Amino acid sequence: MTDDPRLLRYEVEELFFAYVECLDEGEVERWPDFFTDDCLYKIISRENFERGLPLGAMLCEGKGGLKDRVVSVTTTSVYHDRALRHLLSNIRVKGVANGVIDVQANYAVLETLTNEFTTVFNAGKYLDKLVREGDGLKFKEKLCVFDSVMVPTSLIFPI
Amino acid sequence: MNESLPYKWPEEGNSRIPYWVYSDPRVYEREQERVFGGASYSFVALEADIPNPGDFKRTKIGDRPVVVVRDTDGGVNVLVNRCAHRGSRYCYREHGNAKEFTCPYHQWTYDLTGALISVPFRRGVKKQGGMPDDFRLEDHHLEALKCALRGGVVFASFDHTMPAFEDYLGPKMLGYFDRVFDGRELSILGYSRQRMRANWKLMFENLKDPYHASLLHVFLVSFGLFRADNPSQVQMDEKTGMHSVQVSRRGEQKASEGTREMRQFDQGLRLHNPEMLQPVPEFPGDATVVMQTIWPNLIVQQQSNTLAMRQIQTLGPEVFELHWTFFGYADDDDGMTMRRLRQANLMGPAGFVSIDDSEVMEAAQFGLGKYPDAEAVVEMGGRGVEDQDHMVTESSIRAFYDHYRNVMGF
Ligand SMILES: [Fe+2]
Repeated sequence: MTDDPRLLRYEVEELFFAYVECLDEGEVERWPDFFTDDCLYKIISRENFERGLPLGAMLCEGKGGLKDRVVSVTTTSVYHDRALRHLLSNIRVKGVANGVIDVQANYAVLETLTNEFTTVFNAGKYLDKLVREGDGLKFKEKLCVFDSVMVPTSLIFPI
Repeated sequence: MNESLPYKWPEEGNSRIPYWVYSDPRVYEREQERVFGGASYSFVALEADIPNPGDFKRTKIGDRPVVVVRDTDGGVNVLVNRCAHRGSRYCYREHGNAKEFTCPYHQWTYDLTGALISVPFRRGVKKQGGMPDDFRLEDHHLEALKCALRGGVVFASFDHTMPAFEDYLGPKMLGYFDRVFDGRELSILGYSRQRMRANWKLMFENLKDPYHASLLHVFLVSFGLFRADNPSQVQMDEKTGMHSVQVSRRGEQKASEGTREMRQFDQGLRLHNPEMLQPVPEFPGDATVVMQTIWPNLIVQQQSNTLAMRQIQTLGPEVFELHWTFFGYADDDDGMTMRRLRQANLMGPAGFVSIDDSEVMEAAQFGLGKYPDAEAVVEMGGRGVEDQDHMVTESSIRAFYDHYRNVMGF
């Protein structure tokens, strides 16, 4: 683990930027590579999160859970074409303890359906736990807490 | 509103659905009045949403805002969210706990049963103004709806002459309802909401249409959760056909006579986390899926161990919202709670199964919305409205429209 906070911040930002680039470029098959094998991934509304209710809109337990979501997106689900783009801001290292790096960041996902204007599809914050694995950082836990209680139509791709 | 509409239902009857019912604002207005505002019980809350005195939540019946609140005696009241003074919305928060409701506009204050308890400056200020001498607080109650509670579920009606909820459902549908709401205390796992660019009736049709489930839902079909060749039933209530259930039993992931026509069937599909689809039997009988639709706004979902209320709220002829409440039982152990949360991946805005439905309902609206004079052909399983012991039918859609036409005067 590096002791230089500037270097750590650089590494964390690189991970986040590569992560959203993977999703925005439509390479969802590579999405599980950003996580540890025993990861937890959850998209949860702010409403449920703040009320202490456990239900997530999307819940993946371990890399297997992520891969099942990939199968759904690429094989079984039926949906309209769209382009998605993540905007990231305020990526902050909140603390480092026992090899786990707590990171919080804001995100907005823009959605563009065929023949429609671009809209803000989903916005919220990531509350993540990162660990060092091999030569880089991976998500051990990724929690996407989205602000609006309302999802326009459906939430198909991971955030 | 009795303005006559320039439409006539197709001569074929219930085996046709004219597309003007999905887009015309006048039809929508009549629905608000007769379907949601008329002789019906709408789902408004689970008692577990508001367990303590003073707990409240806002919701809507059709598009009309109401507040569901537990009073100090433990009773449940459903009150229109409209001040009795000048009509302002008095309840500003989506949920919370209150001792009383005060409308911020002129601070008229109501107790938790909706009774008006104080009006500022009622006697005037310095002998000027004030309410007339014959103004009585008890004449200005918040509009309260007729309430029905059963098994921890709260229903409400604008029509105070409604029969008991049990008679409204009928014995057959009540049996399916009591199967899930068997008196055990419920616990809330969380909420989800979606806004769909489609007419609300398409949601009901979707749940009354086992024909599509075997074809559209690759996920369900491939993993044997719901298939045309599984033993199954479609049943309606005895009197009207307005309520229905789809009952199914889980099959295997194998090819059969039926799967040849299911073009999407993928025998080789495997889950990396198969425990997501390993249910534990918890209800009497051998059914693994029971989807019940209760007129005019509720779907009770029991798919394996994932339980949810799906409430329909309308926003206009071509927009509706689906408000999901996922729940379990207060006596569930951690394993069962985890199982319910895991299987919740099938349903909701990001559901492996329900994504298909949401997208397809919008596709339907995009297809039929601008062709009010065309019509749907609903002849799978015949042209009647009777119960059937298979999935290859649209009979409960026909039964739904049989009742709809009576209510709407079509
Ligand atoms: Fe479906």
